[in-house]
Amino acid sequence: MKIKSLVLLFTLGLLAQGVFAQNISNDIAKYREMIADGNPSELYAAAGEELWAKPSGPKLATLQQCDLGKGPGVVKGAFAELPRYFKDTNRVQDLESRLMTCMENLQGIAASDVIKDPFGKGLRKDIEAVVAYVVTESKDLPIKVVPKHPKEKEMAQIGEKIFFYQAGPMDFACATCHSQNNKRIRLQDLPNITTAKGAAEGWGSWPAYRVSSGEFWTMQRRLNDCFRQQRLPMPIYGSDATIALSLYMASKGNGGVIQTPGLKR
Amino acid sequence: MKLFFQIVFASLTLLSGFNQLSFAADPKPNPKIQQMMENSFMAAGVADLGRLTQDPIQLLCSDASYQNSKAGKAKIEILQKEALAKIPKPEGAVYLGDWKKGELIAQSGRGATFTDAPNSVNGGGCYNCHQIDPKEISHGTMGPSLAAYGKTRGNTGPILEYTWNRIYNSKAYNACSNMPRFGHFNLLTQDQMKDLMALLLDPSSPVNQ
Repeated sequence: MKIKSLVLLFTLGLLAQGVFAQNISNDIAKYREMIADGNPSELYAAAGEELWAKPSGPKLATLQQCDLGKGPGVVKGAFAELPRYFKDTNRVQDLESRLMTCMENLQGIAASDVIKDPFGKGLRKDIEAVVAYVVTESKDLPIKVVPKHPKEKEMAQIGEKIFFYQAGPMDFACATCHSQNNKRIRLQDLPNITTAKGAAEGWGSWPAYRVSSGEFWTMQRRLNDCFRQQRLPMPIYGSDATIALSLYMASKGNGGVIQTPGLKR
Repeated sequence: MKLFFQIVFASLTLLSGFNQLSFAADPKPNPKIQQMMENSFMAAGVADLGRLTQDPIQLLCSDASYQNSKAGKAKIEILQKEALAKIPKPEGAVYLGDWKKGELIAQSGRGATFTDAPNSVNGGGCYNCHQIDPKEISHGTMGPSLAAYGKTRGNTGPILEYTWNRIYNSKAYNACSNMPRFGHFNLLTQDQMKDLMALLLDPSSPVNQ
């Protein structure tokens, strides 16, 4: 009897070890479900909606005439089609670099002032709230990013090259962790961004509220942390390499569902 | 007749030799990408802009089509040989340190990021990618499981040397291995690498129970 229960205990122990990793993912999924109706990102989005309509900067203007690609003031669905080429700046821009353009042109706030603030502070904090608002207005829409303009095509190609660009003292590229199926770092599942499914998972679930840090993270911040862990220098906020990479991911994930603002561990 | 064949054979050998040489040219960095990378980053903490410059292995491994080309394959052979030749023997010819310290090094993923202090001690981050002590369930799956590493391989001379080399510069065996070159880039000290060796190969290490 005693031996039997020992064997049972041992078996249970082995089983528990095997399924533990799986359970972590399940638990996070459950947690997400539980607070899906109360994602703290909503607080950021609400603050962002207010900032959008609040006269600010040297010109005391609002962002309500900001053109995110679908015409001045159109927010609904705009994020789903970014990054894209903008004629007025003659650049491909992601949401965050485009918001800097609007702040500069409409409100007179220099982009360099946003760039020099760290994440979560000052003007950067304001832009993050506006990001939360804008992406919430594209929630559940399909990603609609197909490079057409020559500059979009070029940036998507460069983005792919940067995705595979190994450098730094650990030889890491984005591809090191994100080009195989069903791999993990510790217990964290890694999306394979070279596939449409994985790219949609990755691109479509950021920006997100990050439970472990208790903060709302934009895609620029997510990329900043990827490069940090790659042991590369710090990507400049809204720089071309980050936009090229974003366009590569978004266009790979074209057709996938935007689940932002997401909820992450 | 015999002489004729010898000449033909010799010239073929020569030709293929030349082929290999001319095909083993370095992959060229793409100036457009290079430029964009340099304009898009800034130095921060211990991470200076020099980190964006790729060495021949990084260049090769960033370019899948080159890697799979004849030239790329020849280049891989050369780079692996070069890497292997540069790996020093461990100081004092002692391979195994303390597995308990090794476990701590394997657990720590710290070091070399732009938020790390310049004097911070680097970890190996081994559990990020490998199963090692089977009791640690929070392990990644990017690399092969190392559970029972020494138990299944023993710790004879060739195994010691191979494992040392793998930790020091994994690229000596597989140019585009995902594993960092811990010795080559001074990410870990020789003592730290010896402690990791003990974690894998010491019969009393939990890895081998």
